[in-house]
Amino acid sequence: MIGSIAFVIVVAYILRLAYLQLLSSDFKASADNNAFHNNIIYPSRGNIYDRNGELLVFNQPAYDLMVTMREIEDLDTLDFCKTLKMTRKQFDDRMALIKNTSKNPGYSSYTQQLFMNQISSVEYSVLQEKLFRFRGFSVRKRNIRQYAYPNLAHVLGDVAEVSPYDIEKDDYYMAGDYMGKQGVERSYEKDLRGEKGVEVLLRDARGRIQGHYQNGAFDRKPKPGKDLTLSIDIKLQALGERLMEGKLGAIVAIEPKTGEILCMVSSPTYDPRLLEGKERGKKMVEMGQDPLKPLLNRAVLGTYPPGSTFKTSQALTFMQEGVITYKTAYPCSRGFRFGRMKVGCHGHGSPLPLIPAIATSCNGYFCWGLYHMLNDRQKYHTIQDAMTTWKDYMVSMGFGYKLGVDLPSESRGLIPNAQFYDKAFKTWSPLSVISISIGQGEVLLTPLQIANLGATIANRGYYITPHVVKKVKGGALADSLLQKHKTKVAKEYYGYVVEGMRKAVLGGTCKGARNPWFDTCGKTGTAQNPHGQDHSAFMGFAPKDNPQIAICVYVENGKWGATYGVPIGALMMEQYINGKLSPASERKATAFQHRHISYASLIKKELKKMGKELPVVEKKDSAKTKDPKELKKLEEEAKKKAEAAKKAAEEAKKKAAEEAKKKAEEEAKKKAEAAKKAAEEKKRNAVQNAPTTTPVPVSNDSSVVVDSLNAVEPQSQKMRE
Amino acid sequence: MPVQNEQTPKGIFLSLDWMTIGFYLILVTWGWFSICGASYDFHNPDILSFSTNSGKQFVWICTSIVLGCMLIFIEKRVFDQSAFVLYTVMMLLLLVTIFIAPDTKGSRSWIPLGPVKLQPAEFAKFSVALALAKYMDQYGFSMLNTKQFVRVVGIIILPMLLIVMQKETGSALVYLAFFLVLYREGMTGSLLFTAFAAVVYFVVGVRFSSDFFPKMPVSIGEFSVLLLAQIFITGMTYMYGKDRLAPQIMLLGGLGVSLLAFLFSAFVIPFNMCWIMLGLCILQTCYIIGLAIYYQSKNYVLIALFAILSTGMYYVCDTVLDHLADHQRTRIEVLLGKKEDLRGAGYNVNQAKIAIGSGGLAGKGFLKGTQTKLKYVPEQDTDFIFCTVGEEEGFIGATGVLIMYLIFIWRLISLAERQPDTLGRVYGYSVCCIFIFHLFINVGMVLGLTPVIGIPLPFFSYGGSSLWGFTILLFIFLRMDAERNVKRQ
Repeated sequence: MIGSIAFVIVVAYILRLAYLQLLSSDFKASADNNAFHNNIIYPSRGNIYDRNGELLVFNQPAYDLMVTMREIEDLDTLDFCKTLKMTRKQFDDRMALIKNTSKNPGYSSYTQQLFMNQISSVEYSVLQEKLFRFRGFSVRKRNIRQYAYPNLAHVLGDVAEVSPYDIEKDDYYMAGDYMGKQGVERSYEKDLRGEKGVEVLLRDARGRIQGHYQNGAFDRKPKPGKDLTLSIDIKLQALGERLMEGKLGAIVAIEPKTGEILCMVSSPTYDPRLLEGKERGKKMVEMGQDPLKPLLNRAVLGTYPPGSTFKTSQALTFMQEGVITYKTAYPCSRGFRFGRMKVGCHGHGSPLPLIPAIATSCNGYFCWGLYHMLNDRQKYHTIQDAMTTWKDYMVSMGFGYKLGVDLPSESRGLIPNAQFYDKAFKTWSPLSVISISIGQGEVLLTPLQIANLGATIANRGYYITPHVVKKVKGGALADSLLQKHKTKVAKEYYGYVVEGMRKAVLGGTCKGARNPWFDTCGKTGTAQNPHGQDHSAFMGFAPKDNPQIAICVYVENGKWGATYGVPIGALMMEQYINGKLSPASERKATAFQHRHISYASLIKKELKKMGKELPVVEKKDSAKTKDPKELKKLEEEAKKKAEAAKKAAEEAKKKAAEEAKKKAEEEAKKKAEAAKKAAEEKKRNAVQNAPTTTPVPVSNDSSVVVDSLNAVEPQSQKMRE
Repeated sequence: MPVQNEQTPKGIFLSLDWMTIGFYLILVTWGWFSICGASYDFHNPDILSFSTNSGKQFVWICTSIVLGCMLIFIEKRVFDQSAFVLYTVMMLLLLVTIFIAPDTKGSRSWIPLGPVKLQPAEFAKFSVALALAKYMDQYGFSMLNTKQFVRVVGIIILPMLLIVMQKETGSALVYLAFFLVLYREGMTGSLLFTAFAAVVYFVVGVRFSSDFFPKMPVSIGEFSVLLLAQIFITGMTYMYGKDRLAPQIMLLGGLGVSLLAFLFSAFVIPFNMCWIMLGLCILQTCYIIGLAIYYQSKNYVLIALFAILSTGMYYVCDTVLDHLADHQRTRIEVLLGKKEDLRGAGYNVNQAKIAIGSGGLAGKGFLKGTQTKLKYVPEQDTDFIFCTVGEEEGFIGATGVLIMYLIFIWRLISLAERQPDTLGRVYGYSVCCIFIFHLFINVGMVLGLTPVIGIPLPFFSYGGSSLWGFTILLFIFLRMDAERNVKRQ
C-alpha cells in the first residue's frame, strides 16, 4: 500500500516533468528572456569621399542617454534636470512618454529605454562625472554624421532613426537604430552600415550583468561599414551650387566614358548639416513646407520639357531611319507652316541642311523631319507603327524609363507612345504631335536624362548607366551600373550631330560656350512653359574629341537657353577640364552667382496649393529663405537680396557685378582690417560655402553688402509681393 | 538477556544493508553536485571554497558520513531503552527553541551554535519515530484500543504543535507522514479516507466556488462538493455498514433526485438546485442516524459524523481560507489556478517551472544552467534544489532522481517488512514515510502540483540540519536492521 503510494507519486511527477520539459517550449523562451541580455555594439558607418579622395562625410561620437526604469533608485531629479539642462516638467513628460506603451510599444521596465538622444561630447563630459549617482541611467555611444562641405546634400542624403516600417521590412534593425534615409546614405545603406556586433551577457534576477555567456563564445564583433568613393567632384559641385544660387533648376555632369556623375546640383539646395542631430525632424518639416521645395532633387526627380536639346536625338533618329541624310535641307520661313498649323522659329537662312539646322536650332527642320517620318506609309503601315519605332529610338537613348542611377528615387520622365495618343485623341496625325520633335509637347525628361543624352553623343552612340558612386571599399559596384547601353543609331550619324553642336558653339546659339582652351560642343534649349517664363536649358560636352565631360544645365524660367544655360555650362566645363576658373571666368561666375530669378508667382501658387493664406505666406517665405542659409550670415542674405534687386533693375548684369567687384576691391584695401574683424565668422562660412572663392572676393562681398543694404529693402519687398 | 554472540562488529558489518548505504551515498553525492550547480557564483567559481554553499555542504556531507558510522556502533537496545527519554528531551528542546531562537525570516526555529545554525525540528523526527515505535512495541498494544490510539496520536501531535508555535508550519506537516505508518499498523482506513475526502472537498470547492454552470445560478464548486459528499457517504455506508440495502437506496435516491433537479434547472427553470442537494445530504445523514439507532452500531455513528463533516465541508472551506495567513491563502489560490500573481506569490513556482522547462531532454549541462545560476529561482539550493536538477540535467536527470528515490523507498519498505519486531518495523516505516512525504511535497511544489511548503528534499537540499537529521533517521534504522537476526529474549 505505502509502496504503491510512492509509486503513484513518482509516476505522476515523471509525467509532469515530461510535460514541462519535453512537450512545452514556452519555458525555454521565457528562460532565454530571463537570462540573456544582448548588448549591441554599433559599427562605425562608412565614410564618404569624392572622386579626388576629399573626405565629405565622416562620423563623430555622440551619446544616447538610456534609462532602465526598474533600476532607478533615489534619483535626485533636481540635480539630474540641472545636469541635462531640462525642466522638471520636460523630465516628467519624457518619463511618461517612455512608459506609455501605446506610443512606445517596446517598453519594459527591465530593459534600456532611450531617454535622450545625441548628447554632444561636451554635455556628455559633464554628465559622465555624475552618472554614477543616477542609478538606472546609462550612456550608449553611437556615431552621428558630420559633413566637411555644405554641398551635395541631395546626393549624400542623411541618416535618421528607423521607423517601425523599416524595422518590419528588415529585421536587421531594432528600434532606435539609425539608417540612411535619402541619397547614397540610403541606396548604399547595406554597405555603409556595416554589421552590428553583439555581446551575449548573462543577467541575474536583479538585472545585474554577471559576465559573458559561455565566456563570449556567442559574442560577435561589429564589422565597420564600407567607405564609399563618389564619382562627384566636390569642387565642381560647389561651383555648380554657387552658380545656381537664387535659381531653380539642376546641373548634371557625367563623364561619358564611364557614366560617372561628376556633379549633381539641384537648386535650391540646403546645407546637409541642417539635418544632422536632434533638430532633424523640425528642419525636415520646415523645408517640406517651403514652396520652392529644397528637399526635392530636381536633377533626377524634376521632369522638364527638354526643348531644343532634344533635336539632337531627332536628327539621329531621322538619319538612322533614312528620313533624312545630312544633306537633306528643309525650308523654314520663320517656322514650320502646314495649313493653319504653325510652329514658330527665329530668322535664319532657308532652306538649311542638317548641320546648320542644329547650329541655329531651326524648329522647322525637325518638324518636317518628324512629319515625313510619321507620314511614311511605305515604311510604316500605320502612324502607330511609325510612332512605336520613334519611341523605341527614344527609349534606346535612355528616355522614358528610369536610367537606373544609384540613388533611391528617380523619375522616368515621359516619352509618349502610340497608345498614349490613341487614348488622348480620337484620330491623330503627325501634326497633332509635331511639337515633340522640338522637345515640347508631351515629352518630359529629367536633367539627368538630358545630360545622359550629351554623354551618348559624346560617346558617339552608347552610354554607361550614370552613377554617383565610383568605388565601394572592399565591395563591388552593381553590374547594372557598369553596363554599356548602345542606342539604335549607328556611330557614323553621331558625327554629323557632333558637328552641328560644335557649329552651334562656334557660330550658332551657343556662342557663349566658346573658349580658347578646348573644343566645346553644345546645344541650347529654350523650353516653352505654359506657366510662365521659358526654361533655359543647355546640353553639351567637351572636348569634342575624347570628351571628358557631358553636361546638362536646366534653369527654370531662365528664358533663353543662352541666357543662363550656356554660360553656366561653359563655366562648369572649364572648371572641370582646367581644374580651375580663369580670373575672367571667376568674375563671370560671381556675377552669375548673384543673378537671381524671381519666383514670386510660383511661390504664391505653391502656397495656395498648400492652402495657406497670404499673410502666412510672407512669414513663411522669409523664414524659408533663411532656412537653407541658416549657417550663413544675415549680411550675406541681405547682400544677395541686394544683388537680386540690382539685377531686377535693367542694368547690364555683368557690368554691375564687375563694378561692384572693383569697388569692393578698393574698399577692401582700405577697410581690410575692419571688414575682416566684422566678418570674421562670415568668412569661415563663406569659404566653406564657396570653396572656390578667394579671400579677396569675400571681404569684397561684405563691402558690397554695406553699399547695397539701403537699396535692398523696398526692392525685395516688391519681389515678395 | 539478548543473545550477544553475533554482535561482534564484524557480524554487524556483514549484516548491514550495504545496498541502502550505497543508495544513500549516491543520493548525497548527486545532491552535492546539484548544490554546486545551484550555488555556483560567477565571481567565485571555486566550488570547494568554504565561502560557498557547495563548499559548506561538502563539510556537512563528510560529517554526516562520520555521524552515520558512529550510529552504526550504537546497539538497538540503547535506542529501545532511551526512546521515551530522547522523546522527552527533544520535546523540551523544541519548547525551549521557541523562546531562545532568534527571529529568522519570521520563524523561530534556528538555534545558532557558533558558526552554524541548527534546526531542532529536523532532529526531532527520529525521536518521535523511536517513541512511536517503542510505544507500539509494548505488549498488548492495539490500534483498536481507543485509549492507546489517542496516546499514539498524542505522541505525533505534540511535536507538531510545538513546531507550529515556532512558525514552521511546513516542518510540522511532515509529522502527518506518521499517520501512514499507523495505517500500516492497523489503523482503520476510514480515517485516511476521511482526510483524503476532506482534501478533495477543499480543492474542488475552493477551485470552482466562483465558476458557474452556464445559464444556471449554480456554483460548480458547491454542486460538485455536494455530489461527491453523497457518493462518499454512500461508499462509507457500503464499506462499514451492516445493512446491505441501505447503500442502494441512498445511491439511487440521492443521485436520482440530484439528476432530476439538474435537468429541471438546466431545461425548465434555472434555479439553484444546491438547496435540493443539501437537503439530500441532510436526509442521508438522518437516515444513517436512524440506522445507528436501529442497529445500535458505533460504525453508523462514525459514518453519520463523516456525513455531517462532508455536508458542511464546502461551507467551511471559505471560513478556513479566511483564517489562513495571507501568504498561505495566496499560495493555495495560486496553486489552484484561481490567481495568477507572477511577480508575487506565483513568482517562485513560475520561475521554477521556467527553469525546469528550459532544461529539455538532456539539460544544459553541469554548471551551465542559467536560470538557477542567475538567481531567478529563489531558495534554489535549499527548497527549490530540484530546479537545478531539472535545468542542468534535463528530463533524464530529473527522472533519474525520482526513480532513484523510488528504489530507495522500496528498499526501505522491504527492510521494514523484514523486521522481526514491531519496534523495528514501525521505526522503519516511519523513516520511509517521512521520505515519501518530503519527496511528495518538495518535488510537487517545484513542479507546481502541491502548495509551496518549505521543506527540504532529503540529501539534495543544502543544509546541515536536514542532512544530519535524515542521516540519523536512516542509520539508526540500518543498525536496527543489522540486528534483525539477533534473537530477543
